[in-house]
Order: sequence, then C-alpha cells, then structure tokens
Amino acid sequence: MPTFDQLETANLATELTSPEASRAARTIAVTSPASRNGSAQESLLGGRSFSSGIQPTENEGALAPEDAASPATSTIAVAMSGGVDSSTVAAILHERGQSIVGLTMQLWNQRRLPELQGDGPRQHRCCSLDDVYDARRVAEHLTIPFYVINFERQFEQTVVKPFVQDYLNGRTPIPCTRCNNDVKFEQLLSTARQIGADKIATGHYARVRFNAGTNRYELWRAVDDSKDQTYFLFGLTQAQLARAEFPLGEMKKQEVRSIARRLEVPVAEKPESQEICFVPSGSYVRFIESYLREKGSERDVGPGGMKLGESGEIVATTGEVLGRHHGLHHYTVGQRSGLGISVGRPVYVVALDRERNQLVVGDDAELRSSICEVRDINWIPFESPDAPVHARVRIRNRHEPAEAEITPLTPTTAQITFHEPQRAITPGQAAVFYADEKVLGGGWIV
Amino acid sequence: MQSNRQLFGGVGHSPQAGQPSRVYLDYNATTPVDPAVLDAMLPFLGSNFGNAGSVHTPGQVARAAVDAARDSVAALLGASPNEIVFTSGGTEADNLALFGAVAASTKARKHVITTAIEHHAILHSCEELARQGIDVTVVPVRNGSDGQGIVDPEEIRRAIRPETVLISVMHANNELGTIQPIEEIARMASDAGVCFHCDAVQSAGKVPLDVKKLGVDLLSISAHKFCGPKGVGALYVRAGRQISPRAWGGHAERDRRAGTENVPGIVAIGAAAEIARARLAEDALRLSALRDRLENTLLERVPHVRVNGDRSRRVPNTSNLSFPGAGGEALLIALDLQGLACSTGAACSSGSTEPSHVLLAAGLSHDDARSSLRFSLGRPSTAEDIDRAIEIVPSVVARIRALSPREQETAAHAR
Repeated sequence: MPTFDQLETANLATELTSPEASRAARTIAVTSPASRNGSAQESLLGGRSFSSGIQPTENEGALAPEDAASPATSTIAVAMSGGVDSSTVAAILHERGQSIVGLTMQLWNQRRLPELQGDGPRQHRCCSLDDVYDARRVAEHLTIPFYVINFERQFEQTVVKPFVQDYLNGRTPIPCTRCNNDVKFEQLLSTARQIGADKIATGHYARVRFNAGTNRYELWRAVDDSKDQTYFLFGLTQAQLARAEFPLGEMKKQEVRSIARRLEVPVAEKPESQEICFVPSGSYVRFIESYLREKGSERDVGPGGMKLGESGEIVATTGEVLGRHHGLHHYTVGQRSGLGISVGRPVYVVALDRERNQLVVGDDAELRSSICEVRDINWIPFESPDAPVHARVRIRNRHEPAEAEITPLTPTTAQITFHEPQRAITPGQAAVFYADEKVLGGGWIV
Repeated sequence: MQSNRQLFGGVGHSPQAGQPSRVYLDYNATTPVDPAVLDAMLPFLGSNFGNAGSVHTPGQVARAAVDAARDSVAALLGASPNEIVFTSGGTEADNLALFGAVAASTKARKHVITTAIEHHAILHSCEELARQGIDVTVVPVRNGSDGQGIVDPEEIRRAIRPETVLISVMHANNELGTIQPIEEIARMASDAGVCFHCDAVQSAGKVPLDVKKLGVDLLSISAHKFCGPKGVGALYVRAGRQISPRAWGGHAERDRRAGTENVPGIVAIGAAAEIARARLAEDALRLSALRDRLENTLLERVPHVRVNGDRSRRVPNTSNLSFPGAGGEALLIALDLQGLACSTGAACSSGSTEPSHVLLAAGLSHDDARSSLRFSLGRPSTAEDIDRAIEIVPSVVARIRALSPREQETAAHAR
C-alpha cells in the first residue's frame, strides 16, 4: 500500500509567466497562466497556494515617498468592502503587478438588533454576509490572498457608541470619518503592517501627494469632483497619509466602472450604497433606540450614561412654546419636515438645546450664521498656524465650500468666520478647509 | 485523480530550492486524503456505482465494500462491525448520539452533562436540547498549570443526578490536544446507569482507541481528521444500547441512520481506518518528536511564549501556544502569507468577538487566548516543515509585537 512517504511531492508552484507578475515579489501558483483571468475554480483546483515573498519592513512612522510602495519590493493591503470601488482598486493594483493582499473588515454583526432587519429584500450594507461574499469573490477572481478581519469590538467602541452618544447629546455625527480615522487608517492599517504590508489602498476618491518642499503629505480633492470624499478624510495624520493609497482619486467614476468591466470584476454592476453601513435602511432613530434597548438589557450604558432623550418642548427663538418633540435624537439642525407643528410659516430646526431638552425652531434667516467654532482640528499641509488662514470651508458633505477666515484659538481649536452667512451649521458635523483642490485640514463643529 | 495527487503533493515541502513552499500545520482542522484511500474509493465513484441496498450484483459489490469498511472501522475502535453506524461526519455522529440517546431515554425528566471544552457540535446541540426543555450541566475544566484543559472526573460525579440520561465528554480536545480521563468518567457513568458518549473526532488515528477499554456507550469519529475524505464519519453504538434515529426513510444502518449509503465515503473511511491502525504507533512517535522540537525551539527563541494545555497529557500532534503582545488573527495571516498554515483561538470573522471558548474555559486570559496559535501535525508532516516553521515564526512574532499598539503602550509604561 503506498504511503505518504513514498509519494513524490510534486512542486506545483508554476510561476506566473506575465512580466508584471514576475516583477512582483509574490508569485502565485496557478495551474496555467490562463487561469489568472479565467475561472477561479481552475486555480483553486490547481493547489491555490500563495507563496508570498512579503518581507518584514522596519520603517516606522511616516515614511519618505522613496520608501513607499514600489511594485518590486513591497506589498499593499487593499481594504475590500465588496463594493465596486474597492474591488476595482484591487483589480487595478493587481494588473499593475503590485503584490497585494485583500482585507475585509467585519465591523458589525447584523444578527444583532434583529428587529431592524426588515422583511424586504436585503439591502447591500457593509458586513452583511453578501458583501463579505462579494469581496471574497473578487479576491478569488484575482487569485490574491484574502482575509476577513474582525473589528467588531473596536468598531463598536470607536464608531457606534460615539455615534449614539452624539445624537443623544444633540449633535449630528459623521461615523464614516471616525471609522476612517480610528478604524480603517488606524487599526486596519496597523494590522496590515503587522502582516507585512507597507501601505493600505482603499476605494476612496481622493488624492495624496508628497510635497518635497515642505516634507509633508497633502490631501487633494479627487479628479472626479462629484465623487470627492476628502470631506471624510480630513482627519488623517501625516503617518496615516504616508501609508494611504487612493488609486481612484485620479479617475472618473465612469472610468472605474469600465475598468471593473474590462477586468471582469465580479461586482462591476453592483449598485452604490450611500447608507451608513451599520444603520439599516437609513433609519438611524430606530437604530439608536434598538441599540440602547440592547445595551440597557446588558446594563452597560457606557461612560456618562446613555439614555434615550425624553419628549420635551419645541420653542421658537423667542422662547415661545410651539409644541412637543419626541426626543432630541430625532432631529437635526436645518430639518423642516416632521416637526408636527403648524405656525403658518416655514420653520426649521435651529438648535438642539440638550440642557433644557428643548428643540429650538426658527425661520430660514435664523438658521443662517457666519460664525462657528471647531475642535480637534487636524492640519494637513502644515502644522497648526499662528495666524488666521483664509480658506473655503465645507460644513457638510454636499455643501459648496464657502469663503471663510479660520482663526486659531489653540493648536486644535479655531473660530471660523464665513464671508457670507451659512445655512444650518450643525454641531457634530465636520468643517473641512480647502485651498482650491488642496485640503488644509478640518475639525468638528462645536 | 491527478489533480488530487497534486493537491496532496502540494502540501508537502517543495523539493525545488529557492521556492518558498507551503507548510501545513493545521491537521486538526483537516487532513489530505491518503493516496491509498483515494485509490480505494475511486472505483465506487466510477464503475462500482451500485446501491448497497440493491439486490443485484452491482448492489452486492457495493454492499461487500460497505461491509468490509465496517470491519475496518470496527477494528480501529475495538468494536464489533454491527456496532458501527456510518454518518456524514463527526457533527452528525455527535448529533445522532446526543439527540438519539436523549430521545431513547424513557425518563420523565432528563438531564445531560457535558464539559466546557467540547466542540460546538456538542455544545450547540446541548443548547438546542436545553431549548427543548432538557436540563444541561456544563462542567468546568481544570485551569491550573497541572491538568490545564482537562476535566476533573469529580466534577462530573458531582453533576450526576437521578434524572441524568447522558454524559458526553470528548476524548482529545481539538484546540489544546489535551486527553480527558475517559475511562474514569465512563466508569462513573456506568455505575450510575447513565449512557456515556465520547466525541473522539480528534483522537482517532492519533492515539489508540478501544471502546471496550474506554467503557463508552457511544463514540464519534470523522474520516477527514485521519486522512480520509470530508463528508463521512461514524458513530459507535455499543451493542444493546438504544438510540432513536434522527432521520427516517429506509432501513439503512440498521434503522439508526436512514439514507442511501455513501459508498465511496464509507469505503474511504474504512481504508483510512486500516492505514491509521497500521501506522498509529509509528506516526505518534515521529509526530510527537517533531511537535516537541517545534515547541521547545519556539520556547527558546521567542520571548514570553506560553504552552497552553497540560503538556504531559496531550495527543502527540498538537501544540497550542500563546504569544502575548501579538494578536492571533494577525499572526495567522502573517504566517499564511509566509507560507505557513496554522490556526488561532482569537475571534474569527464568522461570528463572535470572543476568543475561543475552549481556551477561556481552560483559564486563559482574553489576551492570552487572543494571542494563541495552534500548530497541529499530521502524517505528511516532515522535519523540513518544522525547520521552516521554526525559521518563520520567531521573526513574524517579533514584527507583530513591534507593530502592535498595545505592545508599544506597554513598553512605554515600562520606561
């Protein structure tokens, strides 16, 4: 009877014959070169073995661009969400012959808060099994190594809890920015470096440039202005920017789709998702209520206590009581509909007064303001300035940046004075400062 | 067949110099099919396709092969052939044992005892039994340096009640490799008149198994853990012990498991059992020497490594180590990218954020469990595999520790 010892251990690793792949440090064992863009099945059967030549790198902190990824020597981790953008990033880098590894973050367990799962067809959300499956399919298609990493604990602490707390405190948060700052470009980047990658590439529409004159990394708006995501990336530090790669920043969305089609990326036709990934069908109020109910049952309400806001008064800026609200977390500054009051003229939410549990409403003029304060500022092309800075400031994602003076109060706080009053400056949102296409920095509106 | 041989060959050390090859040290997860097993089963996927339940000659050929396989599996376990029930694997064998034994009991109130380090095939089944109104006691395991990861039989004894109908304790733990005092527990069960089931999925083919000596009533095994294919397992049911079937639809397996016999799979588990029985002593000696070399060298070369589980009472192929300051998930991925496959007790992507229930039950801190790796060797493992592992692991651990935020904080504190 033949035994293992008698077996000839055949070396299956057939090095890819394409020149790009040969330049890459990593060689992928496949049965034939054809299977690279052919069926993943074939390469799987062929003893899919990724002989990664990833070498430990000793670079710490910010690295100069010459140390940054060059295809021949380094590996880039691609944050793959299962969507078309990050999938295409993986495909583009792979086509360039870059050594890559796909990482998908498991951020939220959709089995939690089951009452939020509707009966209708499942929406594509981050961390739904469908999206992890899609990301995996793309990685299989490209025959790149792929791993799902569990960040549920970290995501809840650094993104979900602050999100809920912000709403309870009368602010309107941007969880995506926190996720970028504290999860994607912090914990995932750290994991990527631990497993031997030098940089992390994402599907964000933004550009990173190194300015040799100032010796600093700069963040620039995407070429496709309609897709620009720098508003969500203002918090990236020099060390984070040094290790970030945004291949889509130079492209138009249509180009991305057509590249996805040309490279036969399995999710090329997948619709885009605009939702907050952990909030099903956009109902953040229901999410907050379910989350607090779950936390209440665990007797874990977190620091400072998280308690659902109670009903209170709706008042005019004059102090006149106009009606009652359902709890401040239902409202956001600038909101007009859903107030349930009728005063014979259009009224908007002007402020959320947590101290008095009052919802302050007023007319359009009262919604406009020229001044606001920001905190936790991150300056990008320079250290925090001593003198006022002129910039165009964006106060929400789709807001057209407006001319303003930014007067530093401390190294991380400033007062912003707009040339023209701005509508609905909302605490909890970010104010991001631009000089033309360059992002100067940003902070959180107080 | 060629492609399968290639897969199998691909697991071993590459003979070609300069080519980094894969080292597979995750044989507790699964093993490759032994080529001889493959040769034995292939005809039953081809020309010998008969239904073992058919009267005609093709059916008789299949029946003869199933009968021969039953003899082989019985021989591996020290059982009689009529005591072997073929299943679709270890999980089904465990489910059939638990639900079948509980259903067969006529007691009005029913109570089941198991341990905190069982496989989910047992623990999740027990959770389902509890939902169905059965009382379940999950006993803890020892977590001191002596006997870590081993059940204290006294804990089992204390848990036995008049209404206890089943005790289920695993033989070898899949994560730690620790071997449980089955004989002693089985004797207690027998004295109390309680049915005793043993999940031996991780010990079959690694240590001698004798159902009579162990004194068990029910015992589960799975082919793919000892160089057989996935999708076939067996449950030993002591002669005279009643279990209720979990599937109905024919008289296969003496009415204990309905369904057309998986003839190729059954032939394969028979062949795998034959080989395992013939090679067990030799494999155990060779693998324990390799395992010990791996473990001792890593203990020497990597600072602050801890061995999890009682080192003196383990299956010969398993080493579970904690590398404090390095996350198991990152370790696993980094090692895989360097060509070394193993597993971790850190949270996996599929579900809970908690680390392995086995490691926590064995008294490991969350941090130690999160930094754990399991290396498990198998028959194809070679000295070169261990050399490669010894070469790769220390540098990967060092890099991950250096780049782990927590480690930096700790270092800052130290300064």
